[in-house]
Amino acid sequence: MREYRPKKDVQKKSYYRDRFYVAPQVPREKIEEGSRFFDDVKSLGSKFEVKDSYVEINQLVVIVESSSIFEVIGYMKNSLSYDILNEMSAIDYVAKCGGFEIFYQMLSLSTTKRARIKCFLKEGEAIESVSSHFRCADWSEREMYDMFGIRANNHPYMKRILMPDDWEGHPLLKTYPLQGDEFAQWYEVDKIFGKEYREVVGPENRDGAMIDRYDTKRFSRIGHEVEYGASIDLGEPDTNLKYQEEKGVFLIKKLKPEISKELEKRK
Amino acid sequence: MAQHQVNYTKDGGLPVMLTTVDHLINWGRSNSMWFLTYGLACCAIEMMASGASRYDFDRFGTIFRASPRQADVMVVAGTLTKKHAEFIRRLYDQMTEPKWVISMGSCANTGGMFNTYATVQGVDRVIPVDIYLPGCAPRPETLQYAAMLLQQKIRRERAFKKLPKKRLV
Repeated sequence: MREYRPKKDVQKKSYYRDRFYVAPQVPREKIEEGSRFFDDVKSLGSKFEVKDSYVEINQLVVIVESSSIFEVIGYMKNSLSYDILNEMSAIDYVAKCGGFEIFYQMLSLSTTKRARIKCFLKEGEAIESVSSHFRCADWSEREMYDMFGIRANNHPYMKRILMPDDWEGHPLLKTYPLQGDEFAQWYEVDKIFGKEYREVVGPENRDGAMIDRYDTKRFSRIGHEVEYGASIDLGEPDTNLKYQEEKGVFLIKKLKPEISKELEKRK
Repeated sequence: MAQHQVNYTKDGGLPVMLTTVDHLINWGRSNSMWFLTYGLACCAIEMMASGASRYDFDRFGTIFRASPRQADVMVVAGTLTKKHAEFIRRLYDQMTEPKWVISMGSCANTGGMFNTYATVQGVDRVIPVDIYLPGCAPRPETLQYAAMLLQQKIRRERAFKKLPKKRLV
């Protein structure tokens, strides 16, 4: 829990006082005899190399070798009755440890237990696909490939799932700029018009607060309307708001304000 | 000698109305703008609300069509992603001339709050836009006002204008 601070003068202060606040770690419980996960970890440990295992918020966390992940997931499903793969993806630790952590979140409905299998994969390596164990891993692995560039071996359809097929780069990497690299910024122009049209269309305006007061091409001024592209350096005229043209519309009667009736009350 | 001279060209005279071809065609065009349903995100909810009975878009002669071949106005209602940019251009090219575009909401105007790698920063990078609607999302009244402004714009135009060159994807 974050310590309590009085909030009386909170509006006078800037938002991010706790800029370097480090959230406390979730406590990790050791798995000892009598724990509900004890048998699972024991039988896993007898078959595979388990690097580490602990319990976090009533969930089993097991860290295994990435080379044995296909067998581990199959064993969890068939022998330990973890029959649902809720989610799987990767976390980018390239700058910290030169690779990715891949996690598989699993649920056992018959024993109401949750487990998380983790493994570490070095950058450039591929992981074995578990889509033959769980059909839902098919799309998750495609998303993992799309977002991080981690390929899954023996995957039935290793293709991007969110980004276009001809996209370059993997957007969820920490090294990928949020507003896109050069390829991303010109993607739609290059694809639709061709690279020679870059100068015609111009670069993207990424400044969300940009307002050009004198730009009459893109900014309308309701009540002070001027012609498209007209210069308003010397001020703009007041124009009455008109919903109908002055001379009227062919075959359509102009509404006169004096004959219109305003209802005081709803019927 | 008739005591009351009849002005045949005024109201109450002969059932004849004099006008120009431009006026007649623009009258028809401006009062039968058929919208291409182009709901991309939450603005589409407001667009649907405008079409429903409370705001009743049909009284402007606008009918939502599901085919670009039958539509005159494209209402880009929502966030345009870069993956989809190709298709919006293709649908725009498939619409028959004359055609107009309403860019509805912040996302379609400028990319809005999606200042990211995957969002087109304004549909005007891909297709020419006639009217930009501010708002996130714009109220149905705003879309109505845009339709009325577009009607005014159509009535000011020349009916037989030179068509700009098309570029297909």
